[in-house]
Amino acid sequence: MSGTYLGMPAFPEAARAAVRDRTLRGNLRHATHTIRAKRAKAVTEVSDWAELREAGRRIKDHTLRHLDRYLVRVEEAVTAAGGTVHWAADADEANRIVTALVEETGESEVVKVKSMATQEIGLNEALEAAGIRAYETDLAELIVQLGKDRPSHILVPAIHRNRGEIRDIFRAEMSEWGRPAPEGLTDTPAELAEAARLHLREKFLRAKVGVSGANFVVAETGTLVVVESEGNGRMCLTLPETLISVVGIEKIVPTWRDLEVFLQTLPRSSTAERMNPYTSMWTGTTDEDGPRTFHLVLLDNGRTDTLADEVGRQALRCIRCSACLNVCPVYERAGGHAYGSVYPGPIGAILSPQLRGTGSDIDASLPYASSLCGACYEVCPVAIDIPEVLVHLRERVVQGGPATRRGNKVLLKPAKGHAAERAAMRAAQWAFAHPGVLRTGQRLASRTRRFHPRTLPGPGRAWTGSRDLPAVPAEPFRDWWQRTRGGEDGTK
Amino acid sequence: MRVALFLTCVNDTLYPDTGRAVVRLLTRLGVDVDFPAAQTCCGQAHYNTGYRHEAEPLARHFAEVFREYEAIVTPSGSCGAMVRELYPRMGERARAEGRGGALAATVAPVVPKTYELTEFLVDVLGVTDVGAYYPHTVTYHPTCHGLRSLGLGDRPLKLLRAVKGLELVELPGAEECCGFGGTFAVKNADVSAAMGTDKVRNAESTGAEVLCAADNSCLMHIGGTMSRLRVGMRPVHIAEILANTEEGAAV
Ligand code: SF4
Repeated sequence: MSGTYLGMPAFPEAARAAVRDRTLRGNLRHATHTIRAKRAKAVTEVSDWAELREAGRRIKDHTLRHLDRYLVRVEEAVTAAGGTVHWAADADEANRIVTALVEETGESEVVKVKSMATQEIGLNEALEAAGIRAYETDLAELIVQLGKDRPSHILVPAIHRNRGEIRDIFRAEMSEWGRPAPEGLTDTPAELAEAARLHLREKFLRAKVGVSGANFVVAETGTLVVVESEGNGRMCLTLPETLISVVGIEKIVPTWRDLEVFLQTLPRSSTAERMNPYTSMWTGTTDEDGPRTFHLVLLDNGRTDTLADEVGRQALRCIRCSACLNVCPVYERAGGHAYGSVYPGPIGAILSPQLRGTGSDIDASLPYASSLCGACYEVCPVAIDIPEVLVHLRERVVQGGPATRRGNKVLLKPAKGHAAERAAMRAAQWAFAHPGVLRTGQRLASRTRRFHPRTLPGPGRAWTGSRDLPAVPAEPFRDWWQRTRGGEDGTK
Repeated sequence: MRVALFLTCVNDTLYPDTGRAVVRLLTRLGVDVDFPAAQTCCGQAHYNTGYRHEAEPLARHFAEVFREYEAIVTPSGSCGAMVRELYPRMGERARAEGRGGALAATVAPVVPKTYELTEFLVDVLGVTDVGAYYPHTVTYHPTCHGLRSLGLGDRPLKLLRAVKGLELVELPGAEECCGFGGTFAVKNADVSAAMGTDKVRNAESTGAEVLCAADNSCLMHIGGTMSRLRVGMRPVHIAEILANTEEGAAV
């Protein structure tokens, strides 16, 4: 993924600052709780939500199982409709393809529809290195770009910012990138939106090349689909002469009928809307209307490796609705940046270590960035059992084991720094397998209870830094039982 | 009915009062309770931290210890969920890894017989009024595994509402995780503490004297946070409330 994230510290360190930043926590708390409540209401309006969720799960699983076939189908259909398909194995290859395509047009500017795939590969940075400026046109994405910031949410990349911060960014940065912010801009939503509108309109009318992602690709006709709320995406999709769409290979749905399911579940899960305001679809090129040239870049970047993992592959069902972020108590406190990826929150915690592998500190720590409370699984519209995958990836981190990297089967070694934990877990397992040992340990703890410190050394310090430990009781239950056989004895 | 108490290693070692309360309560309701002394730990901490292979012998041990009983009752939502939800999954995984169906076959008999305490009371014994008396204001925290894995629903609330003298007050943000999460509390101590603090502040806002839950692990985390924040509230396991009667020992 994007080079911006290389060398990220592990999640606990990255989260620490966010936990202590009161403004950030306030912004996140307010935003996630608002959308969370709205989503819950929007979902109860649909009487067959459980069936829709199940249907979504099945369609995605079916497509993933036969992905090879559907990918070929997409290529045929897109080509037949006048488009060109390119295959990118990884981020570098995708960036090279897109850069070359833009260079061919002779342009040095592109307008962009908000897209997770292009963020994942760090396309803006790659284009910039080639002297091409990419303008984000989604409002929240624009805020992130102008603020030289990183996105912290899948749907609302600037969720960590409040209105006052946004006004300051607009005032200070807009002129750098084009039309400056109006004089005396305040932080009212209407004024902020108008400022963005004026700034962006210039870009839309000038741009000759548009770059997008897609929410779905319908295999039977080679049609790409983008759903959005602002309409800025539609401008980028229709006004330029050349359109380049970078799409993850898991975005395919076989038929138009399948789309029906997701067009119901996606908006309600993500923005709590019954229908998203703009649904744009494009199939190749037409002479009269829209871009004259269309390129589809199909991106792998770790996806087929993920597909090879029986437990982990369900992460590829994700439709990026972000509902799991909005209900996640860990995301709410740690903020999106701590996840070190364009995919934060629960889905990021299972997707990034699969797409990138568990070799780096941040990736090895992500499977632990969850209390396994299960709220993410409960809201996920395609029923991804995120806790199950988290535990599965923890196993990979601590025990190593088989995995697929770049199409090759490899045997991963355990990640560094788990040797002491592994020894402790094995010792505990041994004690638990021998009830006599367990009892001796309990008795020892009971007898020495007066000497137990209130704060613990080593890893235990993390516990006693913010909580008091319970006192060890005078007698473990099993001794009481043995003494009384469950008969009360007056002592309590 | 021959019922086994699966107390869990945490309760056995740190919360024997909860175990005694379960014994007292079930005996009062006419249940013949046994405590198989060979029991140890369900393996939840191992499994959830990524040590599935270390958890397997513990699952096997559990199944062997409890095989003979008609029902297995545990006062821990998360350990109950471990047996019911994750033992079958461990069996499937072993099979998928080409290690045969032995683990699946060993754990299969105990899975449907394992009940969390409130489930056992309401579903198996068919009681909601257990004849308890507890003259305190109580707020209830439904723990994540009780809520989402086991689907305890309003069973604990039904039981609490029937307790004489008890005033039940609603906990704001009740369904949010308290931040314990086993090793999460140590591995991500800052986030865990922030979650615990919010839970305690919400509990405090109810004005209740007691915060009650069906899992002592969560109560250990919440109670430890209450103690550190010097909040004048007590964490109490639901079994200890339900075991309390007008005549019996006061809690
Ligand atoms: S994992 Fe599920 S809930 Fe989370 S973004 Fe993806 S589809 Fe939405």
